[in-house]
Amino acid sequence: MSDADSFETPSPDGGDGRDQGKGWFARLREGLSKSSRRLVDGISSLFTKRKLDSATLEELEELLITADLGVTTAAKLTQNLARDKFDKEVTGDEVREAFAADIAAILDPVARPLTIDATQKPFVILMVGVNGSGKTTTIGKLAKRFRAEGRSVMLAAGDTFRAAAIEQLRAWGERVGAPVVEKPHGTEAAALAFDALTRAKAEGTDVLLIDTAGRLQNKSLLMDELAKVVRVLKKQDPEAPHATVLVLDGTVGQNAHSQLKVFKEMVDVTGLVVTKLDGSARGGVVVALAETFGLPVHAVGVGESADDLRPFEARQYARSLMGLEG
Amino acid sequence: MFDGLSERLGSVFDKLRKRGALSESDVDAALREVRVALLEADVALPVVKQFIEKVRVRAVGSEVIKSVTPGQMVVKIVNDTLVETLGSDSQKVSVSATAPVPILMVGLQGGGKTTTTAKLAKRIAEKERKKVLMASLDVTRPAAREQLKMLGEQVGVDTLPIVPNESALTIAKRAMTVGRLQGYDVVFLDTAGRTSIDEALMSEVRAIRDQVKPHETLLVADALTGQDAVTTATNFDERVGLTGIVLTRIDGDSRGGAALSMRAITGKPIKALGVGEKVDEIEDFHPDRLANRILGMGDVVSLVERAAETIKEDEAERMAARMAKGQFTLDDMATQLRQMRQLGGLGGILGMLPGVGKIQKALAGANVDEKMFSRQEAIITSMTKAERKNPQVMNASRKRRVASGSGTQVQDINRLLKQHMEMSKMMKKVGKMGGGKAMMGMMGGGMPPGGPGGGGLPGGMGGLPGGGLPGMGGGGLPPGLPPGFPGKRK
Ligand SMILES: Nc1nc2c(ncn2[C@@H]2O[C@H](COP(=O)(O)OP(=O)(O)OP(=O)(O)O)[C@@H](O)[C@H]2O)c(=O)[nH]1
Ligand SMILES: [Mg+2]
Repeated sequence: MSDADSFETPSPDGGDGRDQGKGWFARLREGLSKSSRRLVDGISSLFTKRKLDSATLEELEELLITADLGVTTAAKLTQNLARDKFDKEVTGDEVREAFAADIAAILDPVARPLTIDATQKPFVILMVGVNGSGKTTTIGKLAKRFRAEGRSVMLAAGDTFRAAAIEQLRAWGERVGAPVVEKPHGTEAAALAFDALTRAKAEGTDVLLIDTAGRLQNKSLLMDELAKVVRVLKKQDPEAPHATVLVLDGTVGQNAHSQLKVFKEMVDVTGLVVTKLDGSARGGVVVALAETFGLPVHAVGVGESADDLRPFEARQYARSLMGLEG
Repeated sequence: MFDGLSERLGSVFDKLRKRGALSESDVDAALREVRVALLEADVALPVVKQFIEKVRVRAVGSEVIKSVTPGQMVVKIVNDTLVETLGSDSQKVSVSATAPVPILMVGLQGGGKTTTTAKLAKRIAEKERKKVLMASLDVTRPAAREQLKMLGEQVGVDTLPIVPNESALTIAKRAMTVGRLQGYDVVFLDTAGRTSIDEALMSEVRAIRDQVKPHETLLVADALTGQDAVTTATNFDERVGLTGIVLTRIDGDSRGGAALSMRAITGKPIKALGVGEKVDEIEDFHPDRLANRILGMGDVVSLVERAAETIKEDEAERMAARMAKGQFTLDDMATQLRQMRQLGGLGGILGMLPGVGKIQKALAGANVDEKMFSRQEAIITSMTKAERKNPQVMNASRKRRVASGSGTQVQDINRLLKQHMEMSKMMKKVGKMGGGKAMMGMMGGGMPPGGPGGGGLPGGMGGLPGGGLPGMGGGGLPPGLPPGFPGKRK
């Protein structure tokens, strides 16, 4: 496992001690189960054992919608269920199992860890997304993971716009033991990225993580600026960035479709990370995104500390979304 | 994927381009599409359900105005109901209390609290000439306090000096002490983002609230939020108690359904909108604009409005002619009730007339039950066409049916029928007295001769019948009110 390691490998030190004795799955469930509790309650109260009629199907469809799966995906899942079970006696558990299986089937092809190609030195990862989605924090978490895997990591403070964004990344660099490339506030982001790549090359760094300022996808000037960052990186290394990760806030609704579509067009997003799944939101829009775009989902964020990043696993995500045990 | 509503409605209604009142099936077909549109706009499901019900009651039986399709008519009703639900008055962040006035900013991680704090502080410092202090209580996120400090320098508003290793509660206390000692008018407390199910962090913010007793507690929420808007808003409201909502990133291309969800669930006003990353990109909230955005059918709405403009002439004439003949059916009564309500109820109508401030005040004292209008409309729409034309057929069993259909009591039906009778008697008298258009003009003002005004109701909508408004017990009228004007609630 030298050329294609993934951060999914459990870190040897077991994190900062907070989650010792608890498997990663238990922690993922802890995060996700809170978010799915209401959905589960809903489905269970719908059935003790009753006939799956069209009124019940409608209620089930609505429950999926409340998890942000979107009208289309919710309808599709409910129709699937109806095909097999219509007019039959079903329990809430059976329905949850059936939904979980279908959702897992949708998610399975996109559950792909962010793999580092060690022949690329540095392996350049560009983090993009709308404001406040969790880019900088996710960089901190990824950096910690890569460090734990024994890689050298460099961070580039490419958010030269937001107040104290540089200081924020600097704090993460100190925390995880990674140097931070920075330039004064207001510097052009592309110039910073270019310099960071030069330096990472010179120092033989394994992974370069580039932070960018949050931007709404409908601001074309800001999106052009991001495209320029990519262009400038390609001047030095035509393959760079080797991964472009869109960080999605788990509370986001149907706007996620537009985010992914535009960011993909502009900077060729290669994968997603979904954050804040430790809250009450369920991140169900990911299911719809998987159907529409089929882009890899690498990981989920389940908290604010360095260890709160989990691999995205289709079956577990689906079952957790439906409130089912591993 | 959001552009579907026009098309969907178009195809539903191409089949039924007929005139007259909206039938139940028209409305149901349209509302199925509206429901999907709202869900795709991220309006939370429970809110969508409530909302659709409200629209259904209003729409069934509504007259489709000339040159407008039933679908367009439904869209207009949906739009008006949206505007109403979003809150018709634009309320601002209040700083009128004893200085230093504490304002607590709360919300999820990454919602935009810090930027919003700086924007509001700047606006209040500049527009209201207040001395403002900002303090960051965010000891969780790296460099959060530095962020607020930098923003403070940028907008020229003071920030509380950073002292390392203080708890959020300690910083809050210190901020209020500094606020008092150094003569600040307003103190903004920017808290760390927290998920609404994190019990420890929610009780922390409660402790801060108990300590500083904020004048405003504002939930800062992202306009890109999905169905979770309801959970977040409910939890923050229940556990911390909100006085208002600020919606950020409205400059994005989300439909912004979260605004409707949060407003409808908490009943708390939306007090400002963040419309950009720069420190002066903050705006007052306008319900009509947001409604337009959620529904995405502004063109249809204005089309219906224009059609309504051109129609008012015909309408007035038709009504006048009918009155002259002494005809006043329950349908006419329903039309008037609806018009009243659409114009913002009795208070709204009077508000539009010049020089009626005094009457309005008297009326407020008279405690008119405005809900009565919708209830009575519901009764009339629950009756069959024949019953509406000829109310005499209403026997006990029909009354029971109508009562259960409209969610009212049999005595409500009796009251309505009696009022209708009195009104049509009055109509006859009025018709004989003068009749014609001149009379309509006068009636349009809703005031008998000698009443204040002559302003006339906008839209010439047939006006209020001079002979007593429906739904009112009569008696005990404030002086100066026309005869038969609404009296006190029973
Ligand atoms: N609860 C929780 N909070 C998170 C998670 N990921 C990030 N956050 C928090 O979300 C907030 C925003 O995160 P940032 O990493 O600053 O987001 P960003 O995308 O870099 O933001 P901008 O650079 O301002 O666009 C911070 O308060 C983070 O601590 C997560 O998985 N769970
Ligand atoms: Mg950032």
